[in-house]
Amino acid sequence: MSVQLDQLTVDKVAPEADAPRSTVRKRHRTVRIVAPMVVFVAVIGIWLFVSYVLLDSSRRFLMPPPQSVVQVGFFETANLTEILHALWSTTQVAIVGLAISMAIGTLVAVAMSQAIWVESAIYPWAVVLQTIPILAIVPLIGFWFQYGFNSRVLICVLISLFPIITNTLFGLKSVDRSHHDLFTLQRASRWKRFFKLQLPSALPATVTGWRIAAGLSVVGAIVGDFFFRQGEPGIGRLIDDYLSGLQTQQLFGAIILSSLLGLTVFWIFGFLGRVLVGSWHDSQQTRELE
Amino acid sequence: MELTAGVPAPSGSNVAKPSRFRSPLESAGTPLQAGPVQSEDAGFQAGPPAVAFRQVSKTYADGTRALSEVSLSVAHGEMVAIVGPSGCGKSTLLRLASGLSVPSGGTIDVSPGNLGYVFQDATLLPWRTVQRNVELLAELADVPKKERARLAAEAIELTGLTGFEQHRPRALSGGMRMRVSLARALTMRPRVFLFDEPFGALDEITRERLNGELLDLFAKEHFAGVFVTHSVSEAAFLASRVVVMSPRPGRIVAEVRVPFGYPRSPELRFEPDFAQLAGQISAYLRGKAV
Repeated sequence: MSVQLDQLTVDKVAPEADAPRSTVRKRHRTVRIVAPMVVFVAVIGIWLFVSYVLLDSSRRFLMPPPQSVVQVGFFETANLTEILHALWSTTQVAIVGLAISMAIGTLVAVAMSQAIWVESAIYPWAVVLQTIPILAIVPLIGFWFQYGFNSRVLICVLISLFPIITNTLFGLKSVDRSHHDLFTLQRASRWKRFFKLQLPSALPATVTGWRIAAGLSVVGAIVGDFFFRQGEPGIGRLIDDYLSGLQTQQLFGAIILSSLLGLTVFWIFGFLGRVLVGSWHDSQQTRELE
Repeated sequence: MELTAGVPAPSGSNVAKPSRFRSPLESAGTPLQAGPVQSEDAGFQAGPPAVAFRQVSKTYADGTRALSEVSLSVAHGEMVAIVGPSGCGKSTLLRLASGLSVPSGGTIDVSPGNLGYVFQDATLLPWRTVQRNVELLAELADVPKKERARLAAEAIELTGLTGFEQHRPRALSGGMRMRVSLARALTMRPRVFLFDEPFGALDEITRERLNGELLDLFAKEHFAGVFVTHSVSEAAFLASRVVVMSPRPGRIVAEVRVPFGYPRSPELRFEPDFAQLAGQISAYLRGKAV
C-alpha cells in the first residue's frame, strides 16, 4: 500500500485561536462569581419594587423591604438570639435523625445486598415507607411517642431513610461484572469482596444518598416543629408564631436563616463527598468550566 | 512459509481429532502449503498441554448455543490466538477455561498453577493507585505486604509503569491502564494467560506497541497464552497458531500455523508473507476457504 505521507501531514491542524489557558480560566472564574451576583441584585430589586411600589404602606408588612428584615431580624439581638436558638434546636433534631437514618439505612442496604431474600422481604416495605404521606401519620406518632424531641427525630428518620437505603443498595449492586469476575478468579471470600470491592464501589452513590437525606432531614425537622410543640421550640414553631403575630420582619429573617441551614448541610455533604471520593470519582469533581 | 489448517491438537496427546477439522487447505492444494511442517509441530508435543478443551459445548439457560464441540489444546510456552466474528463464543472459551463458567458438555483441563486473566477493559479499581491496583491479586491471596510490594515493583518495572505508581487510573490513558491490568496479572506469575480482547478498545498505534510489549513479556515469562481477538493482524502477529471460529454456535473452522519465529519485529506486519497469511485467515473467517 503506498500512502503519500506528505499529503497526510499537510492535513490541517486546527488554528490555536484560543487565548492562553490561564486567561480563559480566569474569565470563567469571573463569570462564576459575577453571574450569580447579577441574579442576587435582580432579586433584591424585585423585592424592593414589590415592597415600595406594588404595596402601599398599610400593606407593606406582607413583604417588608430587605433592609428592614436585616435590621429587625438580624441586628436586634433579642430577635436574632431567639431565631438562632430555635434553629439550633431544629438542627439537633435533624442531626440526630440523619445519623440514625445513616446507620439504619446503611445496615439495611448491606443486608439487602448480601442476601436476595432479605432484599425481596424488605424492599417493598421500604417503598411503602416512602409513599406514606408523612403528614398523615404525624398525629399517630405524637399519640404514641408524645410531642417532644423523640417524635421530631422519628419524623426525620422516616423522611430521610429511603434515599439512603436505595442509593447505598444501588451502589453495592452496580459493581461491574468484570470486577466481580476478577475477585471470583482469585477466590476472594465474601468479606474481602464486600470490603475491598463492593463498599468502595458504592461510596459515590452512598454519598449522594447522604446528601439527599440530609436535605430531607432538615425538612423533616422543621415539619416536626410545626406539629410537636413540646420542649425546646424549633424554628418551625417560631416561624408559625411569627406568622400568627404578623411579625413579618422576624418571619423573613427566620426563613432566610433556615435556608442558610439547608445550604450549609448541602455544602458540608458536598465537601464530604469530595474528600471521600473526589480523588477518583467523576461525580465529585469540582466543576471546571472548560 | 508453511501453513497448516485443521490441526487442532498435538498429535501426540490423547485429544481426539474430529475429522472435519481436516479441512480445506490441503484438499484445495494451496501453494502456501510447503516446508517441514512436522518438525514445527514436534516443538509443541512435549508434556501434557497447558490448556485442553475436549469436545466442549456451552448452551446458555435461554437456549442460546454459544459453543459446539470445540476441541483445542495449547502447549506450554505456546501462544494461540482465537479469532472469530463477535458472538462466536470466543470469550466464552476463556470463561470456561478459567472456571468462571461451566461447560454444558465436554471437559476442560488447565494445568495447575496460577491463571492470568486479562479482561477486555482494564478492570482497575478506580479508588486505588496504580501500585495498589497491581498489588490487588496478591493481596486477595493473602501474600504478606512486603512480598506483594516486591512482586508489584517487579511487574511495574516489566510493564514500563515506573514513575506512575501513585497515579490513579483516571489519570491514565487507555494504553497505560491496560499495562496496569497486565502488571496486575503478572504479579501472580501465571503459567497460563488468558487474554480477552485486551487491546480491542485502543487506538491502532497503542495497540501495536502493546502487541510488541506483550511479545517481550511472552519471551521473558514463557507462559502459555490464549489470546482472543477480532483482529486478524493482531492474531497473526502475536500467535504461533491462529484458531478461526465460526459464528454462533461457535465451532473451530480452521487452525493456521504461523510460520514466523520469535522475536518478531513490528515491521513483520508489512512483509508480503504476513499479508498473505492474514489474507488466508480472513478467508477462513469469512467462510471462504481457499
